[in-house]
Amino acid sequence: MIRFLLKGVLRDRGRSLFPVMTVAVGVFLTVALFCYMKGIEVGMTRYTANQQTGHLKVMTRAYARDADLFPNDAALIDVDALMASLGREVPGFGWVARIRFGGLLDVPDANGETRAQSPVGGIAADLLTPGSGELVRLDLARGLKRGTLPSRPSEILISEDFSRSLGIGPGDKVTLISSSMQGAMTLTNFVVSGTVRFGFQALDRMGAVADLSGIRAALDMQGAAGEVLGFFQGGVFDRKGAGAAAKAFNSARADRQGDFEPTMLTLADQSGLGWYLDYMDKAGAILIAIFLVPMSLVLWNAGLLGSLRRYGEFGVRLAIGENKGHVYRTLLGESMIIGVLGTLIGTALGLAVSYRLQSKGINLESLFRNAAIMIPPRIHSRVTPFGYVIGFIPGLLATFIGTAIAGRGIYKRQTASLFKELES
Amino acid sequence: MKRAAIAAWAAVLAACLPALGQTPSAASILEQVDRNAVPGTKIIESEMIVHGRRDSRTIRAKSWVEGADKAFTEYLYPPREQGVKMLKLGDQLWTYSPSTDRTISISGSMLRQSVMGSDLSYEDMMEDQKLSETYDARTGGEAAVLDRPCWILDLTAKAEGAAYAARKLWVDKERFLILREERFAKSGKLLKTLEVRSVMRAGGRWVPEHAVFKDVLKEGQGTEFVIKTIEFDAVIPAHLFDKAGLRK
Repeated sequence: MIRFLLKGVLRDRGRSLFPVMTVAVGVFLTVALFCYMKGIEVGMTRYTANQQTGHLKVMTRAYARDADLFPNDAALIDVDALMASLGREVPGFGWVARIRFGGLLDVPDANGETRAQSPVGGIAADLLTPGSGELVRLDLARGLKRGTLPSRPSEILISEDFSRSLGIGPGDKVTLISSSMQGAMTLTNFVVSGTVRFGFQALDRMGAVADLSGIRAALDMQGAAGEVLGFFQGGVFDRKGAGAAAKAFNSARADRQGDFEPTMLTLADQSGLGWYLDYMDKAGAILIAIFLVPMSLVLWNAGLLGSLRRYGEFGVRLAIGENKGHVYRTLLGESMIIGVLGTLIGTALGLAVSYRLQSKGINLESLFRNAAIMIPPRIHSRVTPFGYVIGFIPGLLATFIGTAIAGRGIYKRQTASLFKELES
Repeated sequence: MKRAAIAAWAAVLAACLPALGQTPSAASILEQVDRNAVPGTKIIESEMIVHGRRDSRTIRAKSWVEGADKAFTEYLYPPREQGVKMLKLGDQLWTYSPSTDRTISISGSMLRQSVMGSDLSYEDMMEDQKLSETYDARTGGEAAVLDRPCWILDLTAKAEGAAYAARKLWVDKERFLILREERFAKSGKLLKTLEVRSVMRAGGRWVPEHAVFKDVLKEGQGTEFVIKTIEFDAVIPAHLFDKAGLRK
């Protein structure tokens, strides 16, 4: 029976071409968009983790309470020992220390007087230890506009826009006015090693990056760090694994009192990222819903047109004694075949485009140059196993629903008037 | 003739009322406080003990002060702060850091930063206007502080722009020294407190020897100020109040 229906569908193009094309286009868009949204999710998660949150972040409880203000007076101390113990206690992660700092960047004139001054906010990371991985994580080489990356603790990398607004460039001396770990004002000279474009509005307006040792010396934070970030060794965020690690770490310290005890947060626990990840998890369902409704309407319409065209055929089939239910079921069977064919074509096309975008990506740097959210400048698609099957849901459902609604007309045919209709 | 005699008696009576135990006006108390607080010149060696969230730090400094407008401070201890200098001339403040060999003007939002991590802000340090010029005062009762009878004064800023919208002072009735103070925001929120722990007599004047200044919004136990030595009416070389002299 299936073979008979298949032959009918393939041989009668009027019956199949338009519905198959409709399904294929809808499925193609579903698959391609799903993979691209997955790519955005993975890209943003990785970018945010590398720049800001890590997959796990350890801070003191006092620091965590006001983490958005980067309160270095509540920083972790004896960080090397802490990182060593984290390596034993929470295996499977790489750990790095970071300091977020803020203050003013003061540019002297020839007499040492203030020529220009502006607020600055920055990241101190271990840029100088070979193998720390921080240069790669912060992706500084890609955005480097002028000069070089810092090669000494006394060097600082500032954003290109910031350097232009201050009228300085590589080789110029600047003074960082900030607060020490004890809250005292500190003045420290740095040399601008180069300028960089971060691709993130806040950092591009007033951002700087320096080596951890230089900032530790500047802020009187020897052996201390505001944050210790943990990254899965595979580099991909696993929400469940990170949650379990954080829960175990915090449970082991639950009975310890004190504001300066370390506490661990996952990427999803920080800055509302959990909501974002939940939302992105629903992306597949949202896409299916978006394409299912219009595709069903289009295919319903196609089914109605097909019914009109095949009005006579159905009449003959009913006249020679075929059951109305059987005619309806064969129509649904045909729709399933059309759905499968369209879905296969659409999925193949969608995956082909997605694999291409997975390797090449789309550069959206100019679009997000002034973005207030952390988004990577080049967004790649991400093909997941679910990407192979997601198209079948709207592809089959839409054709089935469309045909089921259109095919109801079969039951309205009056057997008594069939011969009269056929004679005319 | 009769009218003149009545006026003369009234004047004598008004002059004698304080001596008879009557409360002088809040404005006159505040003027006395100002007169007591702003002498000619003084050289002070002091210690500041900052009780932070984690630990306590001691900072030593020597200050040369002329009136309310000019002050030069050099930090002596700890080694990290040694040689840091601060110069206040009127409403301008500069800091010199020997490690950077830079003289930086402290202005704008920097004025709200803490001085050496203490509970005192640069804005507090810059306050040079007499209280009687900045605030309207009214008496708010009496109380004893450090076993000394005090007047309580409630001060309200005369104009917008004062660092604190309101203050409450406990003023020693005899010595006109502020022994306790609370500083409030416009909303009425308590921002800072000052509590004098002991006073000393130097150069014929009473001065707070040991006081605790607390930023209520900041965690920690406040900052102690201890005057080690104080010399009034000292001769201060003019070059100390010269910005160019900071780098010397």
